[in-house]
Amino acid sequence: MASFRLNVNGQPKVVAVDPATPLLWVLREELKMTGTKYGCGIAACGACTVHLDGIATRSCVVPISLVVARPILTIEAMAEDPVGRVVQDAWVEHDVVQCGYCQSGQIMSTVALLKAMPKPADSDIEESMGGNLCRCATYVRIRAAIRSASQQLEEHKKR
Amino acid sequence: MGLGRTLRAASLALIACGARAGSSSPDPAREAVGHVSAAPDSAAGLAAWHQVYSVLTSPRCINCHTATGYPQQGDDRHRHFANVVRGPEGKGVPALQCVTCHQESNADSTGVPGGRGWHLAPLSMKWQDAGDRVLPSAEVCRAITDQSKNHGLDGPALVKHHEEEPLVRWAFQPGHGIDGTPRTLPPLTHDDFVAATRTWVDAGMPCPPGR
Repeated sequence: MASFRLNVNGQPKVVAVDPATPLLWVLREELKMTGTKYGCGIAACGACTVHLDGIATRSCVVPISLVVARPILTIEAMAEDPVGRVVQDAWVEHDVVQCGYCQSGQIMSTVALLKAMPKPADSDIEESMGGNLCRCATYVRIRAAIRSASQQLEEHKKR
Repeated sequence: MGLGRTLRAASLALIACGARAGSSSPDPAREAVGHVSAAPDSAAGLAAWHQVYSVLTSPRCINCHTATGYPQQGDDRHRHFANVVRGPEGKGVPALQCVTCHQESNADSTGVPGGRGWHLAPLSMKWQDAGDRVLPSAEVCRAITDQSKNHGLDGPALVKHHEEEPLVRWAFQPGHGIDGTPRTLPPLTHDDFVAATRTWVDAGMPCPPGR
């Protein structure tokens, strides 16, 4: 066991865990932030995606000892995030969610995509979202919602 | 004993011979002859290059030296799962970067390999063709010695690259796969790989003839 100081959604947190504990389990079990989901545990599905220092990251494979001072953003912060809010609204507008299990990861990846590339082509969306699996196959609606969010953000910028 | 060590021992033996020649005569010309004999000859250099090539083209190295828009994985060098792509800088694309999954060290509990600055080698350092076939030894050698393709690395810088670059070092400590099985290692140890590189560089970086 060791003590780790974290910055989660702008809030300082301290946890005492084994250094090998994946960030996902620190979020879910220690901090009780269950918005980030456990899917595969091997970085193969994207359900556990968070932002680590602004980079979409699979939290299930990041030992807490490697997080160090890098700020962590989770789905819980997206309602207050200017891009995250627009993405969530687009998700509702397009009724994207079916079972919903993968959607926090889908949204975190989408926000990372749109922050880096505000106007992605369909091929950009496919490439960036290729690591986020949805067993309900809501991919068509996800892509439509991303296009819609991109347009909304562009209109916000013009105002 | 690996060939690298053999060659290093041969080089040292040549140096020792040169020292003895120098001690028996202070003649600068003879000393120069002794100095020349200390450097590995072209044949020794080529033998060392073949050892270097055997490592470069092993799966742990060549899987990220592709000619395509994607990395490979596994000993069968299949395309990386999830349609992972190269991206404009060899680091992936915005929401699916290499570092989205690959951290600074191996995550053996999950089988995800890691090393500092995980990325694909540039296309100028491709060691396979667009059909994923391994390029011949001569072609890889020419590419690796062309400073317009290799980020300006001269011989000593190539030795340093092989000795210190974190992702090169990773190849020799690649950790475990998802099923807990240790990943296959390159055919030389890291020490022997560096020694072979040094021997090849000391011999003037000779390349095999042909394509």
